[in-house]
Amino acid sequence: MHELSIAVNIVSELEQIVRKENAVKVVSFTLKIGTLSGIVPEALDFALESAVKETLCEGSTWKIEKEEAMGKCSVCFHEFPMEEIYSPCPVCGAFNPEIIAGQGLKIVSVEIEE
Amino acid sequence: MCETCGCGEPGKDGIKIVRPEDLEHEHAHEQGLPHEHDTITHVHPHTHGHGHVHTHEHSHREDHHHHDVHEHEDQHVRIKEVHVELDIMQRNNLMAERNRGFFEARDILAFNLVSSPGSGKTTLLEKTLVTLKDKAPVCVIEGDQQTVNDAMRIRATGVPVVQINTGNGCHLDAEMVRKAIGELNPAMHSVLFIENVGNLVCPALFDLGEAHRVVIVSVTEGEDKPLKYPNMFQTSGLCIIHKTDLLPYLDFDVEKFRTYALRVNNKLEFLEVSSRTGAGLDAWIAWIEKHRK
Repeated sequence: MHELSIAVNIVSELEQIVRKENAVKVVSFTLKIGTLSGIVPEALDFALESAVKETLCEGSTWKIEKEEAMGKCSVCFHEFPMEEIYSPCPVCGAFNPEIIAGQGLKIVSVEIEE
Repeated sequence: MCETCGCGEPGKDGIKIVRPEDLEHEHAHEQGLPHEHDTITHVHPHTHGHGHVHTHEHSHREDHHHHDVHEHEDQHVRIKEVHVELDIMQRNNLMAERNRGFFEARDILAFNLVSSPGSGKTTLLEKTLVTLKDKAPVCVIEGDQQTVNDAMRIRATGVPVVQINTGNGCHLDAEMVRKAIGELNPAMHSVLFIENVGNLVCPALFDLGEAHRVVIVSVTEGEDKPLKYPNMFQTSGLCIIHKTDLLPYLDFDVEKFRTYALRVNNKLEFLEVSSRTGAGLDAWIAWIEKHRK
């Protein structure tokens, strides 16, 4: 359940934004989670439920968007969507593409009450 | 370690950092005495349907005074959207870089040892320390959810060790390692082994500031571990195939395992080691020494 510590990190980053903006609390926020980031969105969703309690994010709503993974073949440079880290290039069959998208964990935007 | 008073009791994050030699010291907390902290102020803002914003400041002490501050802002709750594009791992990554800077300044070679529970990490470490401690200053940070059992085993080799108990945490992070380094105070030019919590999933995401991540897989596990837990194999530089003395009794196919692992990470190096018989330990020590300047 590393999603719980990720959720706690998210909440503390959001609280920092609230303080920096001199706002009251978080109303909603949007996350973008790469499909190869090692985070299970459902587990993160569950972890956030408890992580927001007694914080400036309590009562907020959130949306978890997926960032689809893309690889760039290191042999033929073909770019393709990746299902797994070990997905081979569909053109030349080589493994170990450069992962160009899908490993990110981001807070995209926050709605705060002023 | 309790962040408030600095004792070995868990703070609100449930994380303890323990030096095994300090365990003789009995702690007041264990005798049921209260664990007193400074005032913690929680601010609970509530928005009510009728347009009031209430901010309650609770001062949590034994006397428990409440100061309620009510701000009335009838019908004027303003909401602002902020675009941040903030990397959630940035705080850990920043702390990891800070650890890395500390290691570089002291010329410390740090390894992050990761594996499933039961792969033989601690046994491998014990055997490694016995040989390596004559060649270089060595120290260890042990990570487990509970107990100081592993730190006790390492301490028996005569090498300085600090135990991090993560409580409910399933991995070490850079901040825990920073605190452990503070306790351990590793010597110049030393080799530091950080034995992560036994878990092939969660530790993969957390850079600790190590120079090399070493993943240990025992031959009693399946050959398809790299495909099942690709993040860990993708982020490691060396894979130790451990307990090779058991190979004659098992169906583990080393070549198949290597093929799968290389699909995930074609830069991964491999060493086959049996801590029990000592086979391959020389190659592992040589690998460590190769990375010392």
